[in-house]
Amino acid sequence: MSQHTVKSFDEELSHLANILARMGGLAEAQLASALQALSRRDSELAARVVASDQRIDELEQEVQNFTVRMLALRQPVAADLRHIVAALKISSEIERIGDYAANVAKRALVLNQLPAVKPLSAVLHMATLVQEILKEVLDATVEQDLDKAIRVWNRDEEVDDMYTGLFRELLTYMMEDPRTITACSHLMFMAKNIERIGDHATNIAEVLHFVVNGTALKGARPKGGGGGLDIEGGH
Amino acid sequence: MTDTEHHVSKAKVSARDVNVHYGEKHALKHVDLEIREGEVTALIGPSGCGKSTFLRCINRMNDLVDTARVSGELVLDGQDIYHPSVDVVQLRARVGMVFQKPNPFPKSIYDNVAYGPRIHGLANDKTELDEIVRSSLEKAGLLGEVEDRLQEAGTGLSGGQQQRLCIARAIAVAPEVILMDEPCSALDPIATAKVEELIDELRENFTIVIVTHSMQQAARVSQRTAFFHLGELIEVGDTERIFTNPRHPLTQGYITGRFG
Repeated sequence: MSQHTVKSFDEELSHLANILARMGGLAEAQLASALQALSRRDSELAARVVASDQRIDELEQEVQNFTVRMLALRQPVAADLRHIVAALKISSEIERIGDYAANVAKRALVLNQLPAVKPLSAVLHMATLVQEILKEVLDATVEQDLDKAIRVWNRDEEVDDMYTGLFRELLTYMMEDPRTITACSHLMFMAKNIERIGDHATNIAEVLHFVVNGTALKGARPKGGGGGLDIEGGH
Repeated sequence: MTDTEHHVSKAKVSARDVNVHYGEKHALKHVDLEIREGEVTALIGPSGCGKSTFLRCINRMNDLVDTARVSGELVLDGQDIYHPSVDVVQLRARVGMVFQKPNPFPKSIYDNVAYGPRIHGLANDKTELDEIVRSSLEKAGLLGEVEDRLQEAGTGLSGGQQQRLCIARAIAVAPEVILMDEPCSALDPIATAKVEELIDELRENFTIVIVTHSMQQAARVSQRTAFFHLGELIEVGDTERIFTNPRHPLTQGYITGRFG
């Protein structure tokens, strides 16, 4: 889109995009570190992830202050308005993603005190998929690439399916060997956290659709499986 | 441009292929636009886009410009506004106008409002005329402020009060349509807010067309917004949609401040 007659408005919009890009990058790094702390049983790294979450929270606050200021002073309309409102929403999605990454790290601290259990690799496998989805959607946001965002939106189904499978696997494990219940329960919550990160990634894709087209992404998101999930009462 | 959004009320004024030339200059080009009854329609666009020219077609103010030539069809309640049999004075009683700069007559507040009803013979006696003046001032939200000084000069009022006096003068002849050409551009924010509140109330009884340079004003007071550019009607739609999701890139560019 061409530039505003008032150039400082453009500068503010790109400043907003910059903060979001930084937030997204941080969230990705936080998730990667949390997973590394988990797979390598690195409690020091896990503690660093827990402590670093604050940085994302601060950036979210910065986005909030900046968008409120822009709304008040620029009184934006049309595409500008959608961009600014979207920044506000995306920043809170990323903030939640950061929280989940920190939560995974917190549980890794506990898990590292317990004997290793086998289903960990399946959790990490699902996490790899979620990392890909998160990266894709953040790239799509920076590039304003709606097609990419929609592909991400559709891929969340794979995560849901994996999560369902994982849930069953963990249950089976715990029934077979009750000594693993503590560790597997933590893994179960971690899996849930990671699955939720996937959901927030799809939310970002939906916001992007609104930014680009001015309308909501139509149709229900494809949902995988769901068997056994209701017991846990998630969503 | 056709518009398929919800049609809640019928068209009060319909323009079909309206063109205006000022001498050689083609100022308004093939405009089709429906002004709906009981709604506020805002006309927006950069200076020289034709929005005021269009507004002035609706009560034939362009007749006063020697070089102006209007073609096409403009219909008010099914009646061709430009038909030779139309009495322009009568038309302007049905289609009132409020201008950019408050322009009260150099007369008393009372006489400003009574002027129209007198020349159109709307009151049979003094009591009726008093009633018209009071109710018009009331509807214009001015009565409380001037009740005890109706015989003082209208020009002695503040700018905002003068503009509301002009609105009272316009509604005293019981028009059906009120045209407003940047009615708040000379007013401070408080006086502007009062006029905007008034516009919202008047919508119950009148159809209003307002030309404004303030995007926020168009967004605040109107139900429908029409965007003009270089004499053409580019886009018309529900105000909410125009300001959140305009379809035409020119509309988008204009309302977001991307070209001037």
